[in-house]
Amino acid sequence: MTWVNVLIQGVMLGGVYALLACGLSLMFGVMRIINLAHGDIAVVGAYLVWETSTKWGISPFLTILIALPLMMALGYLLQITLLSRSLRGGQLVPLLTTFGLAVVIQNLLQQLFSPDVHSIAPQTGSIATAAWHLTGQVSIPVIGLISLALAVAVLGGLQLVLRTTRFGREMRATAEDPDTAALMGVNAGAVYARATAIAVATATLAGAIFAIRSTFGPTSGSTQLIFAFEAVVIGGLGSLWGTLWGGIVLGVAQAIGGHIDPQYAVLAGNLVFLVVLASPRGRAIAAEVAR
Amino acid sequence: MTAETGVPSTGWRVGRWTLTSRISIGVVAVVLVLLAIVPLTLNDNAVEQLTSLLIFVILAGMWNALAGYGGMVSVGQQGFIGLGAYGTIFFTHRGVPPYLAMVLGALTAAALSLPLSLVVLRLRGGQFAIGTWVVAATLAILVSLDSDFGGGTGTSLTGLNVYDQTMREGYTYWLTLGFAVLVLGLSLLLLRSRHGTALQAIRDDGGAAASLGVRVLPLKLVLFVLAAFGCGAAGAMILANTLFIQPQSIFGVQWTAYMIFMVLVGGLGTFEGPIVGALIFFGIQYEFANGGTWYLIGLGAVAVFFALVLPRGLWSLVEERAQVQLLPVGYRLLRLRSRSSPDPDTSGSPPSG
Repeated sequence: MTWVNVLIQGVMLGGVYALLACGLSLMFGVMRIINLAHGDIAVVGAYLVWETSTKWGISPFLTILIALPLMMALGYLLQITLLSRSLRGGQLVPLLTTFGLAVVIQNLLQQLFSPDVHSIAPQTGSIATAAWHLTGQVSIPVIGLISLALAVAVLGGLQLVLRTTRFGREMRATAEDPDTAALMGVNAGAVYARATAIAVATATLAGAIFAIRSTFGPTSGSTQLIFAFEAVVIGGLGSLWGTLWGGIVLGVAQAIGGHIDPQYAVLAGNLVFLVVLASPRGRAIAAEVAR
Repeated sequence: MTAETGVPSTGWRVGRWTLTSRISIGVVAVVLVLLAIVPLTLNDNAVEQLTSLLIFVILAGMWNALAGYGGMVSVGQQGFIGLGAYGTIFFTHRGVPPYLAMVLGALTAAALSLPLSLVVLRLRGGQFAIGTWVVAATLAILVSLDSDFGGGTGTSLTGLNVYDQTMREGYTYWLTLGFAVLVLGLSLLLLRSRHGTALQAIRDDGGAAASLGVRVLPLKLVLFVLAAFGCGAAGAMILANTLFIQPQSIFGVQWTAYMIFMVLVGGLGTFEGPIVGALIFFGIQYEFANGGTWYLIGLGAVAVFFALVLPRGLWSLVEERAQVQLLPVGYRLLRLRSRSSPDPDTSGSPPSG
């Protein structure tokens, strides 16, 4: 029965990873760039929620609502300033720019908030620790269920927007061929900026959930980026539901590894990722990228 | 090696050697001789500082070989730095003399890059960047789980105490210089060979290069293994210079940040640029290393600035303005009997972009 519990924990952890990964996947899908500062942006979101809820003494679930529009605006600005310029420089420049940005963010956070780790869990009251005990060994943590539900809602919402709205059609058209889309009157710059704003908002949400479930510090972003990327690749590129699936596989792998020995948690996830990369499926992903 | 195809009727020929490059080869030779006698003339501290400068030169050169010539942005070269260092520890534990162990450590990194290439080399762009990062992170975890290597708390290099400090620093310096000359010499040879042109074609457009019959994967593999060897050598020499390593620091992603900074500031895709970048980084490190986080914020911001505004670095300014290419890597059109003044419009320097 402990293994059932491990499985449940893994699936719920997977929800957080999927939430973290969908922004990365969206930006890659629309602009063909991988934002190496994505994990650090999630951590900035976590700090924003933590800082506002400790300063004003209100629930993090409310301050998330303040943080989201702020971070969206920040994402929009990021795109129209740094990223749009870097996109014109070829394949390498966006990677170099976002990596430099990641270094700046990590060290700025360290300068502003000290290297200490924090958690938002205390500010949420009992929600962070509450759980439904089904049997003696199997329990479902409330926050895990919330994060999984959020992941399904966000991914489903994104899918719906992409499928049915005018903005979604513009985004898909720009992803397919920005020049032809421009001929049809679609402003690629605006589409990119909105996509980045959405990606940053989802990262903020994921960062806040992560900060409630566990601890975070100025340099947590690197591992967040790696987990997000692993979820995207395991799930197969370009599919949002695949990302959810990938996040769950990664979460379960980490939960199983961590159950054997806490030191094995991250290792188990990395190994599953590397096996997927080396498999025929990984080859198909590489071919997809080369397209 | 000069590959000259003369076209006598027009008075032009294609060549790679110019007067500047001939002079600079002479200067390089003199500098190398001067560098070689450094331990005989300077004090211990200067020798140690110059060793770290040479380590930066190796790292920048290797990262540039991957990104500047192969189009592969690696965020995981620290994996090979760590392998070189821990490979050295592995061999000294088995009774191999330390300096031989450092060479073996670098070779270990190169050997392990072959199986790892199966996983990451097919990836492109950001996929490759994060793929290599995951590999490096996994190696770090595996090493820190091994109690033979001192686990997460780190381990020391033993066996160097048979030498007194001056001799030890001298030998470490000479081995680092040897590694630097070897890996930079190998990349120069590679760039001057037929494959050098193919590599630049891959960097500019992998698909187009493949359609022209360039075999992309084998060439990328050569660069990947060379870079693994160079970074492994750098890792072994970092260990020799500091005598103590911890998995978190030797496998730390800050090495990639340093490499990207050096190559971007110096000049991505130029042979001379990374050396310039390493010199600048060495100076900054020497002046501001105590600046803590603000220093790192500055490094990141400068890297972003160069990526956006001057992606081919400071050296590209020198190369474009003065039309000099110190080391003969590209081809240029030369007017017969007037080698010293090549026409500005017909330079054969590597394509920009």
